[in-house]
Amino acid sequence: MTTGLYELLFKGLWVTLQLTVFSAVLAALIAFAAGLARLSRFWIVRFVSGVYVEFFRGTSALVLMFWLFFALPLLGWQLAALWAGTLALGLSYGAYGSEVVRGAIRAVPAAQREAALALSFTPWQRMWLVILPQAVPEMVPPFCNLLIELLKGTALASVLGIGELAFGAQLVRLATGQSAQVYGIILVMYFVVAFLITRGMRLLERRAKASVGRVPQRDRTTAKRVPPGAVGPGVGTIGGGAR
Amino acid sequence: MKTWDWSYTGHVLPDLLRGLLVTLEATALGSVLAFLLGLVWALALRTPTRWVRWPVGAVVEFIRNTPLLVQLFFLFYVLPTAGITFSPLTTGVIGLGLHYSTYTAEVYRAGIDGVPVGQWEAATALSLPRRRTWIAVILPQAIRRVVPALGNYVIAMFKDTPMLAAITVLDMLKQAEEAGAESFRYTEPITVVGLLFVLIAYPTSLLMRALERRLGN
Repeated sequence: MTTGLYELLFKGLWVTLQLTVFSAVLAALIAFAAGLARLSRFWIVRFVSGVYVEFFRGTSALVLMFWLFFALPLLGWQLAALWAGTLALGLSYGAYGSEVVRGAIRAVPAAQREAALALSFTPWQRMWLVILPQAVPEMVPPFCNLLIELLKGTALASVLGIGELAFGAQLVRLATGQSAQVYGIILVMYFVVAFLITRGMRLLERRAKASVGRVPQRDRTTAKRVPPGAVGPGVGTIGGGAR
Repeated sequence: MKTWDWSYTGHVLPDLLRGLLVTLEATALGSVLAFLLGLVWALALRTPTRWVRWPVGAVVEFIRNTPLLVQLFFLFYVLPTAGITFSPLTTGVIGLGLHYSTYTAEVYRAGIDGVPVGQWEAATALSLPRRRTWIAVILPQAIRRVVPALGNYVIAMFKDTPMLAAITVLDMLKQAEEAGAESFRYTEPITVVGLLFVLIAYPTSLLMRALERRLGN
């Protein structure tokens, strides 16, 4: 492979990182909004966010991406490929993330909420000053897993013709025919990025726990992976941190 | 232009349902492979020799942290150069099974860890051979409690099967794409495919949740 072709891969890596960051920000916003909405006092708010979450956890991210790119224009909106990809990833991983937010908030001991009530905090203060600071550190490990799933999901954007890493690899493969080498290289690239994310999130977890006076457990395997959208182990068992 | 054409929807539906069969077939075969391979990984990660544990652990981590789509491309384009040719569907099943086996390995691990120590001690006290301890005592209890978690991975895999369209498997998405390419109308086929996914995945996930409650874990 020539340097020009390597450059193509690095350009692809850059787009992959951009796509990951954009959709992660969107997914985080949606996750908090939908997660909090599912704990709302009003049934209609709970219902609407429940429908959103179940729908987007139920459908396939790739089909959603196709739909936003090919079907939506016929209904009158044309999205640029990059934004269709970002939107699809943000919407589906936001739905998964909302379950994490909901689980972590519900895992905060009821006594904390009651104490805040007794001190006549407003609902806003209760959430912002008492509940969330304790819930957020518990969200970090599952969010880390989701972020890696999201990073893997960005490869789907290559089918829309977005010039990210998998797409770059396809171009290089067509140019050189060295499939094993090209795909081997980009698999390693994805792995390195995922590794860096895991390390970064572990640091963040330690910091977040320290800020509310907790020590992260030493032997904790933060890398325990949960299927995106699964109700299996992990998502439901968030409240396991050392108190 | 009409926004939604029902007669066209009826026209593409048989093709989409044919694609659905392929999708379900890939999911079923992929699951079987993932269940078996995952168990192999989980057991290999418990062997006393680090010369088995370490390489298996590294490979599992690598596969789990890299995109399935790229792995599918790898299998699809690289295996033939090594002289191994499978049909696209077989390649897809291998890719799906291999990828998800790294997740099921983790599920089995949790299940095996969840078996009470007393069970191991009882097996030792009865001087059961190692193989029999695993097959008759530990695994039946471990697998029973992880069935819902395994089911969730089957749902996740089902939602990932549209990726097989990228390696020319005629699954639901590919059928929708071809129908769209023929008529320049993508709205109906792709919407129907998306809805079919929800229609199948959501009830199944409810079933898994019920199962989880029943098994009490």
